[in-house]
Amino acid sequence: MSVVITEPNDQEHHEHDHHDHKPSGITRWLYTTNHKDIGTMYLVFALIMFFIGGTMAMVIRLELFQPGMQFVEPHFFNQMTTVHGLIMVFGAVMPAFTGLANWMIPMMIGAPDMALPRMNNWSFWILPFAFLILLLSLFMPGGGPSFGWTFYAPLSTTYSGDSTALFVFSVHIMGISSIMGAINVIVTIWNMRAPGMTWMKMPLFVWTWFITAFLLIMVMPVLAGVVTMVLTDKYFGTSFFDAAGGGDPVLFQHIFWFFGHPEVYIMILPAFGIVSAIIPTFARKKLFGYASMVYATASIAILSFLVWAHHMFTTGMPVFATLFFMYATMLIAVPTGVKVFNWVATMWRGAMTFEVPMMFALAFIVLFTIGGFSGLMLAITPADFQYHDTYFVVAHFHYVLVTGAIFSIVAAVYYWLPKWTGNMYDETLGQWHFWCSLISVNLLFFPMHFVGLAGMPRRIPDYALQFADFNAFISIGGFLFGLSQLIFVWVLIKCARGGVKATDQVWEGAEGLEWEVPSPAPYHTFETPPVIK
Amino acid sequence: MAKTRSIRWSLPTLLLAASANTAAMPLNMTKGVTEISQEVYSLHMLIFWICCVIGAVVFGIMFVSILLHRKSRGVQPAQFHESTKIEILWTAIPVVILIGMAIPASKTLIAMDDTSAADVTVQITGSQWKWHYKYLGSDLEYFSVLATPREQITNRFEKGENYLLEVDRPLVIPTGQKIRFLMTSDDVIHSWWVPAFAVKKDANPGFINEAWTRVDEPGVYRGQCAELCGKDHAYMPIVVIAKSPDDYAAWKTAEETRIAEAKAAEQELLAMNMDMSELMANGERTYIAYCAACHQPNGAGLPGIFPALAGSDLILNDKTAHIDIVLNGKSGTAMQAFGRQLSLKELASVLTYTRNAWGNDTGDAVQAADVFKVQQGEGE
Repeated sequence: MSVVITEPNDQEHHEHDHHDHKPSGITRWLYTTNHKDIGTMYLVFALIMFFIGGTMAMVIRLELFQPGMQFVEPHFFNQMTTVHGLIMVFGAVMPAFTGLANWMIPMMIGAPDMALPRMNNWSFWILPFAFLILLLSLFMPGGGPSFGWTFYAPLSTTYSGDSTALFVFSVHIMGISSIMGAINVIVTIWNMRAPGMTWMKMPLFVWTWFITAFLLIMVMPVLAGVVTMVLTDKYFGTSFFDAAGGGDPVLFQHIFWFFGHPEVYIMILPAFGIVSAIIPTFARKKLFGYASMVYATASIAILSFLVWAHHMFTTGMPVFATLFFMYATMLIAVPTGVKVFNWVATMWRGAMTFEVPMMFALAFIVLFTIGGFSGLMLAITPADFQYHDTYFVVAHFHYVLVTGAIFSIVAAVYYWLPKWTGNMYDETLGQWHFWCSLISVNLLFFPMHFVGLAGMPRRIPDYALQFADFNAFISIGGFLFGLSQLIFVWVLIKCARGGVKATDQVWEGAEGLEWEVPSPAPYHTFETPPVIK
Repeated sequence: MAKTRSIRWSLPTLLLAASANTAAMPLNMTKGVTEISQEVYSLHMLIFWICCVIGAVVFGIMFVSILLHRKSRGVQPAQFHESTKIEILWTAIPVVILIGMAIPASKTLIAMDDTSAADVTVQITGSQWKWHYKYLGSDLEYFSVLATPREQITNRFEKGENYLLEVDRPLVIPTGQKIRFLMTSDDVIHSWWVPAFAVKKDANPGFINEAWTRVDEPGVYRGQCAELCGKDHAYMPIVVIAKSPDDYAAWKTAEETRIAEAKAAEQELLAMNMDMSELMANGERTYIAYCAACHQPNGAGLPGIFPALAGSDLILNDKTAHIDIVLNGKSGTAMQAFGRQLSLKELASVLTYTRNAWGNDTGDAVQAADVFKVQQGEGE
């Protein structure tokens, strides 16, 4: 199984040469093949993207503060919703998880680094260019992509501006980066586990990422295919999605969502892994059902390939197809429920403390479950006809993505930050960050359920008067949530600069290999594999 | 129709409408006015309460645990984990609940799918950014566009009660009859949604989707396009008026007569010459209503997506091509065929206007007969 190919002598030499010795200046970051450096770069990049995408959300909320057009034009508004979505999905959430994978997976399985370190460098460094291209396209004549992050044809083909070519190119680069990252995760986990680290001893974060990586490898090529079809339809005269040439615009949606639904789980499975690490630590009690968590994750991953058309109930599919996708979607509630029940059972009769990572993890459980409930409601097809493409859906996916994925990422950062920097973060500031975020995020997203049920479509810059009060309220929640994240930056900078020194174990109840190395984790860890009993 | 329109546009109505700002928003899904929409509402409430109960149980246990099982109370953590019995239980119970939910949902879904034995069929065609209604088996067809004035959108006028939810010519249907809708699109995907009927169906270009409704209560029902369809997606509302079968028949006859008269008037128009000032005034009105969304009120277009008309080569150098593109559109672009949307008078006016506004000083007056000539030439 082992892929360690260095001779013993070489290894000694290597250690002598490089132990905690790293190149200085910009070249350290440009040339690095160190999983910790690359992890840090991914995380910092994701944070920057989170703020850029967040700024766009602020523009959206500003325009929606009142009915009528005040600040931007509808065409620019559409560019904001589109690029906000693309940046948050591909620029913030996915790279953040990849950053966590880079930092933690080798340390959790007792490996010295990722299996393919040079490819690791490459998969990070193409990302900034992808987003530079996407962001610069906003300054083209005619503006950037404005067809929604789902880029439905023919709005994205025949009826789009020329920034589409740049959009396609940038999505290709993001896809290549994700695929390389996923290959690296799979090869690392498969081959580089320390002796004794059997499959069913792996931490759940490693398991969930392992499964996520397979999802990535399976669906990112589908995304690459569909953007290429958009490109050739627009520029090279093909008619994949054009009925006039024998194509079908609904085909686009089938291909897109065949990627898009597993993509949703790509953004939540690692979150399950994080929460499954944090809850036992702060409850000081073993995870209730480790094996059933692994099986539930795998079930969700498999089911995720069978439910894509629940995004398309209004496209006019045959009734039997609709029924199939409704049943399959409802079924996903079962393994997801197993996970939530497991976390609660883990907490039951534990001895809990409530540091910031635990607070975010607890908020995750409640708020992600609320997002899960609205997901279950959306699965009921006849009701979906009323919910579809309204703010109810916007509320749903922001509950699972913001209070789900992003809260788990924030929880993970607080959880592992002392290990990364060697310093404890400022607990008081962290609690401020948590409570401000928790309150504002609910002011922001909870009223969207009502607005959606009352009939406000999504992706509109202007709305009927009945929605005015709620939208003003939602916008205020949005601004507060945006501001609350500045506290996070403050905490991060403060912690990176100094603070109370962290112990190796950091948290009283923490278990696992990452807590056995010093804090901060040395530049190279586990050059000789640990032995797992 | 003309009557309701004039009322809606009158100044006192606009001022009165200021009070509409305080209109309360319903907090829940509408029950709607059809049997199906009420079934949908019941399904929505059923699944909502199921979620509430599950949520109350799960979060309840969680909060009890947070309250009792905290280290600060000096508790020692228990050591238990894994219990096949409990794990089977919490897998099986949700499955049973879901089956209970799937049965009524499937029934409603199958009922919604049955578009057979319809009394009236209306073909609904979406295009950027308006709806077109065609009553199958009759000559009756018309476009339905947003009636909210630009000045309200740009906040120069007080917003009316039905801001963004009002159209010039609503769809009219008879009550108590099964209405079948055939949805399609001329350009991008739109979605025709009237919440009170629980009907939301995508209008896909090149394909036809079906839906149906049976409305029992006469009334005015409002909806919107639900699928992002480009820049003015927010500005293509739907208004449906359900009338008793008698009123509906009377309305239909009146509309058919009106259309026949308009056609006859067009023939007369061919022999007439309108003067420049009339053409320009009419043209500006038509331009603002139909063209300005893309080409902009100042004719500058939006660089990179919608071409400028001011100083356009085609307009300045090729009059026939200009008439042709307005009549027939340009395939592969957002430029629609306005030949079937506008009357000859409107076409002649808007052509004249675009040939003479914003420094396009061609001095041409395009007459209805000129447009007709190109139309016929193309038709053969």
